[in-house]
Amino acid sequence: MEVLKQNLKRIAPKLGFIPMLMAGAMLQGCGGGEGNQKSGTVDSDAAAAVYVPPGQHDEYYSFLSGGFNGQVSVYGLPSGRLLKVIPVFTQFAENGYGYNEETKPMLMTSHGFVPWDDLHHPKLSRSDGMADGKYLYVNGNNTPRVAKVDLTTFETVEIMEIPNSAGNHCSPYPTNNNEYILAGTRFSVPINTDKAGMGDASLSEYKDKFRGSISFIKTNEDDGHMELDFQILVPGFDYDLANGGKGPSGDWVFFTTYNTEKSSTLKELGASQNDRDYLAAINWKLAAKYAAEGKAHEMPANYYHNTMDHNSHIAKSTVKKSVRYLLPEECPGMMYLIPAPKSPHGIDVDPTGEYMVVNGKLAATLPVFSFSKMQQAIENKDFDGEVNGIPVFKYESVLYGEVQEPGLGPLHTEFDGRGNAYSTMFVSSEVVKWNVKDLQVLDRMPVYYSPGHLMIPGGDTREPDGKYLVVMNKITKDRYLPTGPELLHSAQLIDISGDKMRMLLDFPTLAEPHYAQAIQADKVAPNSVKFFKLDENTHPEAVKKESDVSVTRQGRTVKVNMTSIRSHFTPDNIEGVQVGDTVIFHVTNLEQDWDVPHGFAIMGANNAETLIMPGATQSLRWVPKQEGVYPFYCTDFCSALHQEMQGYVRVSPRGSNVPIKFSTGEKKPVPPAQASVN
Amino acid sequence: MRIYLRILMVIAALSLGTLFFFPMWKIYLEAPQYPEGLELHIWINKLGGSSDHVLQNFNILNHYIGMEAIHPDSFAELKYMPYIVIFFIMTGVLAGILGKRKLVLYWVILLAIAGAAGIADFYLWLHKFGTNLDPEAPIKVPGMTYIPPLLGHKALLNFNALSLPAWGSLGIFLAIVIGGLVYLLSRRKTYFT
Repeated sequence: MEVLKQNLKRIAPKLGFIPMLMAGAMLQGCGGGEGNQKSGTVDSDAAAAVYVPPGQHDEYYSFLSGGFNGQVSVYGLPSGRLLKVIPVFTQFAENGYGYNEETKPMLMTSHGFVPWDDLHHPKLSRSDGMADGKYLYVNGNNTPRVAKVDLTTFETVEIMEIPNSAGNHCSPYPTNNNEYILAGTRFSVPINTDKAGMGDASLSEYKDKFRGSISFIKTNEDDGHMELDFQILVPGFDYDLANGGKGPSGDWVFFTTYNTEKSSTLKELGASQNDRDYLAAINWKLAAKYAAEGKAHEMPANYYHNTMDHNSHIAKSTVKKSVRYLLPEECPGMMYLIPAPKSPHGIDVDPTGEYMVVNGKLAATLPVFSFSKMQQAIENKDFDGEVNGIPVFKYESVLYGEVQEPGLGPLHTEFDGRGNAYSTMFVSSEVVKWNVKDLQVLDRMPVYYSPGHLMIPGGDTREPDGKYLVVMNKITKDRYLPTGPELLHSAQLIDISGDKMRMLLDFPTLAEPHYAQAIQADKVAPNSVKFFKLDENTHPEAVKKESDVSVTRQGRTVKVNMTSIRSHFTPDNIEGVQVGDTVIFHVTNLEQDWDVPHGFAIMGANNAETLIMPGATQSLRWVPKQEGVYPFYCTDFCSALHQEMQGYVRVSPRGSNVPIKFSTGEKKPVPPAQASVN
Repeated sequence: MRIYLRILMVIAALSLGTLFFFPMWKIYLEAPQYPEGLELHIWINKLGGSSDHVLQNFNILNHYIGMEAIHPDSFAELKYMPYIVIFFIMTGVLAGILGKRKLVLYWVILLAIAGAAGIADFYLWLHKFGTNLDPEAPIKVPGMTYIPPLLGHKALLNFNALSLPAWGSLGIFLAIVIGGLVYLLSRRKTYFT
């Protein structure tokens, strides 16, 4: 049967399309399962198009958000191979992120320690309208936060809490030269400008007291850190998604809104009453100018800014106590509203910067707005009233045209740089290719099932790299072997280099990817750090030589400053710890070679292991509750003698007179693999 | 001695200066887990390698078989070799300036002896490290020694070791060859004067 399959696959292209369909049918017959009627439409050479031979590298890095796992997954394209999981808003027991002493402050917020979030939108940092491969910005939706991942280490290095926001969904959107990272609130909340945090209000007062906020986060020129420059307090709608203009529209950012009805309950009905909601257009440059020129008010705030120090690998939290804000009614020309069909979701600006595509998930057509018409309408004051002092355009005066019958449930659009747009249709479960100029549908590709976001490498930038498209589907059902009720979501890779789209590959993804970014591998790979230099480790508890290790008691805290190197810990025999002591193991990995992490785990720890990269120091807190001799060991298979890389801590009863004592090996001169070379 | 021969002699002496800019010898280690390779560079005054930490990585690997850790401090040679080289450069330049054939000959012979002694010393060190193994080593292969090759390659467990002279050695080679040429070519000239 296998031979027959192979033969059919091989001859299929020669005989044409119909035999290929038959081959597809045969293959399903062999598989013996029901469903999967569609795999027959995959070209027989699709496998070769995604095959990256062993030892070779993918052409692109892609960064898929993890949604409710609070992480970012890094996949290689076109292979769809998982390369890394980057923990951002969620504790990660696998390497100790959010569990060890160094990284715990990263997850601090004004609500205390929040070890989880819903991570929706990754966006690469930009220079001159193009992804530059330096940083990846992501949003935390639930407890509003924006994080920055350093793409030299693929580690989360900064998390900024967003005040006056609830559900930081409409986030983060960098401007063309990373001047600002914009973050809009999904939920409007009562904002009391006299005191920090949300105000108290009855939900019946929604219409009067609730406001949204759009935050302007700047990169501080002195230390490169994010800084919340100011916010715009906007009408109390739900702000859904945003995207920046480019070229002629480069000074503008566009935000979709829904619930312009300002309903506070049963929103599936309440927020779906108006036939048109708004696309908000904000001139970010003018907003920055107003803020700089003293139009900004200041109000008390309470939000956390957490940064990871590059050399010590210690995260530090600072609490900010005020925030500046602008009111659109006081800033003419800064903000306009464009009527957009019913509860729009994605807003995407084409590479030329002229066309704004609004994906109205409940609308029958796909409207495309024109930036030049919008400019003209501003000049002619072609308005149809105002909301909270913000002018509202007439729909027709800014509309370029509508794509007729695009499909059902349009959510998101990306561009290929050849004048075409690709939109996901959630309800009709397809990707639709259409021409931006003439608004004609060119091709349809069924996808499985119900696509949310889609991504073309650079598809949201000035110059898309229109070779592949990744579509992230929300429903998996029978696409893979069943794994019980909970299934991984499925992504699909589509070749868009030709006139017709070509399905290449399905690959399972972690949790729920909402959006993704991809970039040519050579923009990131050469800068990837192989290990941290021990000489540059400024951790105050670091030990750089085995001869400097120590175990010291201060009251009921015992500090163990220890080292790891293939294949032993120093010290590996520790005595003098008593029941109920707080023991902090500060472990420095003395290795200075690529891919030699050492893990550290101790029996009974209530947190996790910690995985220490070469040259770094990590600290794990441990409180033994019973007397005994507790083993600790290296968790990451490091060498042929990894299983021997272990040690013991003797825990004596409370008040015992066993003195602090520590050692490694029986002979004096310390073990042969000394770290101090120079 | 003709002026061009004197200049050549000075060049011969100065070519030893390459020893300060390039290693004398390189030992390459290859293993499946080291796709990037591991190189130990032997200079007249230091040990270096393909990365800053190559010595530490050599020592980590070597400690499994009980080889003594390599430290630059263990080699007195690294301290006095630079002076020997400076001595040869100065005396070579002097021989060129003075233009004395005999001096050139003695200089070449002495340099050749010093070079040979250096190689012999190098071999003795390799032998010492390769055979003086800790009896408590975690990995013991009966009858196995780990003397890296002096020249060429040799399989040592999972590693393929390759040892080759580097640009610094070329400096010594050139000094001997050019010095020798100066001696030979200056013969007729002295005959006629």
